[in-house]
Amino acid sequence: MNQINSNRNFSNAASNSSWQQSAPLIAGAALAVFGISRRSTPGLLLAAAGGALAYAGWRKNLPRQDEFLARGSVLINCSPEEAYSRYRKLEDLPTSMYHLKSVTKTGDRQYRWVALGPVGIPIQWDAEIVDDRQNEFISWRSLPGSQLTAAGSVRFEKAPGGRGTILTAITHFDHPAGNLGFAIAKLFGKDPSFLIRQDLRRFKSLIETGEIATIEGQTHGPRSLKGVAAKLADPDRPLARGPQATEILKEQRRTA
Amino acid sequence: MKAVCWMGANKMTVENVPDPRILNPRDAIVRITSTCICGSDLHLYNGFIPTMQQGDIMGHEFMGEVVETGSGVSQDKLKVGDRVVVPFTIACGRCFFCAQKLWSCCENSNPNSWMAEKMMGYSPSGLFGYTHMMGGYAGGQAQYARVPFADIGPLKIPQGIPDDKVVFLSDIFPTGYFGAVNCDIKPEDTVAIWGCGPVGQFAIRSAFMLGAERVIAIDRFGYRLQMAEQAGAETINYEHVDDVVQALKEMTANVGPDSCMDAVGMEAHGDNPMYALDRVKQAFKIETDRPIVLRQCIQACRKGGTVSVPGVYSGFADTIPMGAFMNKGLTMKTGQTHMMNYMQPLLQRIENGEIDPSFVISHRVPIDSAPEMYKTFRDKKENCTKVVLDPWATQAAA
Repeated sequence: MNQINSNRNFSNAASNSSWQQSAPLIAGAALAVFGISRRSTPGLLLAAAGGALAYAGWRKNLPRQDEFLARGSVLINCSPEEAYSRYRKLEDLPTSMYHLKSVTKTGDRQYRWVALGPVGIPIQWDAEIVDDRQNEFISWRSLPGSQLTAAGSVRFEKAPGGRGTILTAITHFDHPAGNLGFAIAKLFGKDPSFLIRQDLRRFKSLIETGEIATIEGQTHGPRSLKGVAAKLADPDRPLARGPQATEILKEQRRTA
Repeated sequence: MKAVCWMGANKMTVENVPDPRILNPRDAIVRITSTCICGSDLHLYNGFIPTMQQGDIMGHEFMGEVVETGSGVSQDKLKVGDRVVVPFTIACGRCFFCAQKLWSCCENSNPNSWMAEKMMGYSPSGLFGYTHMMGGYAGGQAQYARVPFADIGPLKIPQGIPDDKVVFLSDIFPTGYFGAVNCDIKPEDTVAIWGCGPVGQFAIRSAFMLGAERVIAIDRFGYRLQMAEQAGAETINYEHVDDVVQALKEMTANVGPDSCMDAVGMEAHGDNPMYALDRVKQAFKIETDRPIVLRQCIQACRKGGTVSVPGVYSGFADTIPMGAFMNKGLTMKTGQTHMMNYMQPLLQRIENGEIDPSFVISHRVPIDSAPEMYKTFRDKKENCTKVVLDPWATQAAA
């Protein structure tokens, strides 16, 4: 979990490893093409070796189904103090983070997180705050005995040029077993970093404008089946949103 | 309510749809009194811009009366009964870009920004009735419209000025003006403007307002060139000359115009083999845009000059003469109009009697006639320059 605590080192490691993962694939493919183009026995041998290398590289590139890592950042036009204090009310996060169903305080620094899985199946874990530096940094990790192993951190940095605050969030899940693992893979198979970025974007909008821009529920003419399919396939739209999140949002709108 | 709906390429219909309602605190509902068909709507009509969906309500040039406001709209900003022109770009007024007055680059108004990011890297603001990539907002060719962030965009209009004079503050007048501002005009400059549609017409007049000595207007329709001449422009009918760039050289003592404006965009016409090639590539979706005018602007512009692009481009265009652009040291300025910078000052000019924008109107029809008018406007029949729709008139009364 040390890696979560220093996201800068962590991001370097991530970009290195992605290059290292792709290198055999690219080199292997190049060898194979070169080998075939020679049209000779050594060429064919070279091509076979290249093909094997590429295949190994490709296998290595397949995402592991039992873990995911998501990283995202946004620029928010507010002070680090405001961004921190809004984020620190973890219970309110589902208002803007559509892929969270609820966050409930269960102890001093302990929270129960419920995320939305495919077709509305909730995925939950209990976590505690490990590090909490006011206006700067929050990190959390799942408690022993939780349904899954998870850890995350959020960093708040003053942006240069008076542009507000740069918020960077990282979430990491590991080794969930059996069906749960499948559910998580489905949920986050969409692209974890995309999901976290979209949720952060909404968090930013709520702070900056007091609302989240939407066309959900607006009037329109007759839709075609294609349009309905497009809506269902929208990668930014969880299939089911928890009633709690909807309630919070409604409440927010009433009081806004 | 009645609304003009996009039902597929070349297919517009007037449908009865539910009235819009408030969805967010800073929303307002406007009862529309005048609404227009924009040249940029024709790109959607022709089916050249991706991410339209059947049933989308068209229109981004409208004005009317506020009939409802959300709880987040402060009464001193906007209240029920206010008469307003609604800008076509939607801006939150609170993000970094709004703070820089780059309103059409607002970060918070496009709920589908991830779609635009795929094509453009970063997303511009949401727009009314202009694809899901640009937010998917229901447009204003209807009897009512929901206006998000209503405390930022809509411009209050005093009673007494007719709709016809102010409705174009919703897009084409500020867009023409912004195109001229982007020309970076110095006193007594020469400006060449491709496209004498409504935006081009306002650009011609704005260029003179900003101090241009000469404006050279280029089009292929006599009636549009005549309108340009009435504003004091010299004209080139590109179908009557061998080569526009050569014609401009001859008119500028081989110097070239100081700035060149592309007020045409992605569906430009031409009469050379390059044009035919672009049509084929566009038909097979190998390129989305036909940059015939943009190429000419870059070729024709004088060294060190400025190319301004208010014409709409949606995606990718081929064979841009980058060599000319680089070696001549040109500057290119573009963007969806930062509406809120120009609406109030231009209203002032209208009130002072400096300009009466209603000169561009060629057709006033009930909303039920919108489907035929799209066709008339696209095919440039009946000397069509600008269509204003009345959402409340019935067909029989027309």
